[in-house]
Amino acid sequence: MTEQMNTQDLLSIEDLSIVYEVDGETTYAVNNLNISLKRGETLGLIGETGAGKTTTALGIMGLVPNPPGRIVNGKVIFDGEDLLQLPKEKMRSVRGNRISMIFQDPMTSLNPVMTVGEQIAEVIQIHEGVSKQSSFQKAKEMLEMVGIPAARSGDYPHQFSGGMKQRVVIAISLACNPDLLIADEPTTALDVTIQAQVLDLMKDLKTRYNTAMLLITHDLGVVAQVCDKVAIMYAGEVVESGDIRDVYENTKHPYTKGLFGSIPDLDLTVGRLKPIKGMMPDPTDPPSGCKFHPRCPDATAMCSLSEPEPVLTESGHTARCFMLQAMAEPLAAQKPLTELNRVQG
Amino acid sequence: MSQEMTLDPIQGQLEKEPAPEIVAKAAPKKRSQWLEVWSRLKRDKMAMLGLVIITIVVLAAIFADFIADYETVVIAQNLSDRLQGPSAQYWLGTDEFGRDIFARIIHGTRVSLMVGVLSVAIAIVLGGGLGAVAGYYGGKLDNVIMRVMDIFLAVPSILLAIAIVSALGANLMNLMFAIAISSVPTYARVVRASVLTIRDQEFIEAARAIGASDFRIIFRHIIPNCLSPVIVQGALGVAGAILSTAGLSFIGLGIQPPEPEWGAMLAGGRQYLRHAWHVTTFPGLTIMITILALNLLGDGLRDALDPRLKH
Repeated sequence: MTEQMNTQDLLSIEDLSIVYEVDGETTYAVNNLNISLKRGETLGLIGETGAGKTTTALGIMGLVPNPPGRIVNGKVIFDGEDLLQLPKEKMRSVRGNRISMIFQDPMTSLNPVMTVGEQIAEVIQIHEGVSKQSSFQKAKEMLEMVGIPAARSGDYPHQFSGGMKQRVVIAISLACNPDLLIADEPTTALDVTIQAQVLDLMKDLKTRYNTAMLLITHDLGVVAQVCDKVAIMYAGEVVESGDIRDVYENTKHPYTKGLFGSIPDLDLTVGRLKPIKGMMPDPTDPPSGCKFHPRCPDATAMCSLSEPEPVLTESGHTARCFMLQAMAEPLAAQKPLTELNRVQG
Repeated sequence: MSQEMTLDPIQGQLEKEPAPEIVAKAAPKKRSQWLEVWSRLKRDKMAMLGLVIITIVVLAAIFADFIADYETVVIAQNLSDRLQGPSAQYWLGTDEFGRDIFARIIHGTRVSLMVGVLSVAIAIVLGGGLGAVAGYYGGKLDNVIMRVMDIFLAVPSILLAIAIVSALGANLMNLMFAIAISSVPTYARVVRASVLTIRDQEFIEAARAIGASDFRIIFRHIIPNCLSPVIVQGALGVAGAILSTAGLSFIGLGIQPPEPEWGAMLAGGRQYLRHAWHVTTFPGLTIMITILALNLLGDGLRDALDPRLKH
């Protein structure tokens, strides 16, 4: 990562590693993760359960529960500042204001004893230092914007349905007009029709405010609908990333291929789906070499011995696989493996 | 929107359901949670009985001066009329100094209610604060606070109150303080337990994600969510505090004569029990009925605040 790239990017995560330490056992949740995001762009972060997606999001927000969580190394550079180095007080003024987050389950992410109007007004009061009255006025406007009548601002969350609650959560997260919106599986708890409505709403508001979005999901369809770029995570690291078209149409990494292979195809009549064989590796004892090699159909002897570096296959499209390394100039040439990387791997 | 949208169209139920826009607009009547609790409490006849009795007691305390004059009726001795039974002049009879027992009971509500409510309030603020801090921050701080509370719990609360009052001297302030201190651990435990369950909920993490400070999270998000067990404990606690006041006054460590206090009245009349039953019976009944009313209300509140009973 060079300095020029940082100034262009709104968010750039460099070599981020996060571990959880419980009773002497270390879980490697995120390992040397690198992703970057420009203003107004949407990046889809895809991975199985336990791939480290949510931990990455919490890492950006500075909300990794500590203990047991610990950020071992790396930088989270947001608008030129390393968020990990910011003092607590300053970080708090970033959260909800410049970076905000939508949580997975709208049923539990709203306070049951506060009216939705109060909850939207709260974030405005915290960050904009306006009077109570004008914050409530703004809260009503936000409600209208997400398609809920302002008259309902005095209602409690239990008087709303799931889809409407998620709209309220979106209203809260956009109330201070953030530069970056992190959406952690925002539609997983919703049924498909409501999911489409919520995604449309998010897409619409995002374009209106030129907000960058990090969309965390395990739904490849959702990513295709919303994102510009995509990063595929496996066992705490990004195995493939690039423009959505490149990754979807010109898939390089065997894991990504496996993911697409396990989606049913409407045009083909097949008896069974093709799952990726095996299980996610135990994060407390990750496999040596390439993390995916025990499940990889194309694994060679080399795969278990050393870890592949990201390979740039075409403009902006990288994948971590030895099969590609032979064909292309590895990025690793500019960045040798450090000792620290080895310890983490 | 509504879950109805997921209904299988094959079942032909879809057209029966209103369109999602209609569901959204047909907003339920605006009702706060407390209104709902109240409507549930209203259905509980015993709790309402308790509430009526407590209202009467509170009114008696407020209007005590209109019912009987303190200087001339309540504390002035009138030895010619001593130990008289209930009559038209003295509704509940007179005590060993010829004072009107009814008037003394009415004025006694002031002391009992004040000690009961204030000592519980002090205990809730102290205990609740300690419990919230212990539960929210956890770790060493939690350990230290809760072990101190355990030490307090190891001493019987009435004994602790007796010790505090006899060390500091018997007056109203010390009495309230003693009763409050001896019930602090109860509230600390109740609040800590509910903070522990609420602390890990997603809306707390969401509050952190909008940049809320610890102070705001504790006071605006956590404490309002654990009020219901505290309210129940508080209603029952007032009853306990009134009982403790009466008990301490009975053994001479509470309110000092000639000020009217139910427990002290009970103590004063006990030597005349054989030929003047009314001197002990009426204060005793007052204590019993007040405590019973508070307990009924407390039980009713517990049922009304229990989210599992929500329909």
